[in-house]
Amino acid sequence: MPSLPVVVPLIAAALLLAARPLATYRRTLDLVAVGTSGAVALILGFLIFRTDHSGSYWFAGFHPAHGIAVGIEFTIGPLNAGLACLGATGMTAVMVFSWRYFTQVGTYFHVLMLTFLAGMTGFCLAGDVFDMFVWFELMGVSAYALTAYRPEERGPVQGALNFAITNSVGAYLTLTGIALIYGRTGALNMAQIGAWVDRHPPSGLVTISFLLIITGLLVKSAIVPFHFWLADAHAVAPTPVCVLFSGVMVELGLYGIARMYWSVFGPGLGHRAAVGHVFLALGVLTAVVGALYCFRERHVKRLLAFSTISHAGVFLAGFALLSPLGLAGAALYVAGHAFVKGALFLGAGIVLHRLRSVNETWLHGRGRKLPVTGVLFTAAALGLADLPPFGTFLGKGWIDDAAEAPAVTLILLACTIVSAGSVLRVAGGVFYGLGDPPREDERMAAEANEETGETDTARQRTPLSMLAPLALLTVAGLAVGITAMDPHASDALLAAAAQFQGQPAVKPADVTVSSVVTGVASAGGAVAVGLAGLYWRRLPVLRSLYEPGARGLGLADRFQSGVINDYVTWAIAGLACLGGVLAAIIR
Amino acid sequence: MVAWILAVGLHGIVTSRDLIHQIICLVVVQSSTYVLLLGVGYVTGGVAPYFYDISQRAKAVDPVVQALTLTDIVVEAAVTALLLSFAVQAHKRFGTLDPHELVEFRG
Repeated sequence: MPSLPVVVPLIAAALLLAARPLATYRRTLDLVAVGTSGAVALILGFLIFRTDHSGSYWFAGFHPAHGIAVGIEFTIGPLNAGLACLGATGMTAVMVFSWRYFTQVGTYFHVLMLTFLAGMTGFCLAGDVFDMFVWFELMGVSAYALTAYRPEERGPVQGALNFAITNSVGAYLTLTGIALIYGRTGALNMAQIGAWVDRHPPSGLVTISFLLIITGLLVKSAIVPFHFWLADAHAVAPTPVCVLFSGVMVELGLYGIARMYWSVFGPGLGHRAAVGHVFLALGVLTAVVGALYCFRERHVKRLLAFSTISHAGVFLAGFALLSPLGLAGAALYVAGHAFVKGALFLGAGIVLHRLRSVNETWLHGRGRKLPVTGVLFTAAALGLADLPPFGTFLGKGWIDDAAEAPAVTLILLACTIVSAGSVLRVAGGVFYGLGDPPREDERMAAEANEETGETDTARQRTPLSMLAPLALLTVAGLAVGITAMDPHASDALLAAAAQFQGQPAVKPADVTVSSVVTGVASAGGAVAVGLAGLYWRRLPVLRSLYEPGARGLGLADRFQSGVINDYVTWAIAGLACLGGVLAAIIR
Repeated sequence: MVAWILAVGLHGIVTSRDLIHQIICLVVVQSSTYVLLLGVGYVTGGVAPYFYDISQRAKAVDPVVQALTLTDIVVEAAVTALLLSFAVQAHKRFGTLDPHELVEFRG
């Protein structure tokens, strides 16, 4: 049973490939893909609530003997099964969306999506470090190929190359770390390595191994300065794929870091407070950088990608608090964010489908003929801004409660306001024609207008199969928040986080007044930023502030250069800095 | 030795002006992991771990890392093939293989 979530999509993918000469009928492909991902989501949903089991599943019954694992393990807990279920649910929504989205689809899209799903699920459930790496690579290779799904255009080729090379370098560093820890402990199973590390005093080799292992995961989760590839890849991947990249894949990297810390290295490394502060600093830096880049962007998909970077920083900050409440907040925030961000990408996909562009400038006011999409996009953007009762507000509220640091709360609040405000600016400008059309930025306009040929030719009206997933994801974002406000659900989530970390929860997960107030303030601030972004030319005060600021932001191009060599250099520099800091702490 | 191969590969990726060269440098980076894995499992005086015509108690090198290396090579084959196909597409679309020119997006 626990092996089904990876076996089913892999078999379905293999069958689709094998049956390729026979089945040219497009709907068969769609049905198989929707059915498979739906089934995987159901199985995983069942696994989350199964309570009669220890959570370990050994393939072919190779149970560990005398504390030495010889078999391959799947560890199934509520948090990781929940994350995998989130991925499978997103995949189902996306496959329904793709029903009418692509002009011509070979078998490859469906096959790659299914292997991608298997990779995500396997990565979540894997109980030993090498399997985690293999699933990570399966997910990665499928993702690279999906990014370059339209290789006849320049953007996807560049995006896929940057994505693939940067992530591969990270993955090989992870493997180096795995080899080192295996050499030291003689184990690959996480629990067994964790027990070894716990029994021995901290050593340099263990620290280096931890650092190398999380490097690959930091690249995947787009933490500054490992983040450069993300915007290039997300902007060019087919829109349905972006939903999974932003909503789930980035978060999987963060899950991997949390898992490595709590199940393997954390208890043995010691120096908890200092290590937590390092991650907190990285998270806050990422949130700030992502929000600033998000604000200056005019390419809607790229803008959403930068907002994902900003949110990844917030998730990392939640994890960095190293308390069950912080982790529970991050988990809830991940779920709420995945749904609303998915809805926003699907909204962008519908705009691209109907209007043939994702350039905010060109689209200004042209979205008025898409009223339903406009309302849903705006609602999802407000969800991104932590408006209660979207799941995001409560997740953020718990992170704030766990942080007990007003400075962190304020910075993260400002980041959410700026990034969600940019998305609301898009919503107001494109769907309601508010404000003045932004001035044409030639370079960004050219980039955004490249987006052609992705979608179907029939563009007279939006098919129901595209609107329904958008509506469902938005509603799911609301439902997550409303469910989590129930004390039973929030206690269960907190208990799951405590179990994941192996420590008791100190603070309860409640709906506090401050979290509601912060959520409303955040949404209000985001609306204000969005309106300021639309009307700034009419207000002399804002004008005097904006124009020098805009020139300063030109510097940002230098960093986000689009050249692989620079990205890898930044990653190595980041690795060196992080290594130096960790060495200084653990010495 | 491993660190040197890793460093050479990374240096190549960072300074490369040719995509094919860059991809091969990535393979070099990965090769460092093969050497490391095999080195980690090496036992002085150990024989190959095929317990077919040798004693069950014979001193042998660690077979686990050999399995890991094989898996690693499979991963490498997939990634490299995919990357090289991207390079072919890049040459078709951009007319060059210099990573500094393969820039559609910036900023």
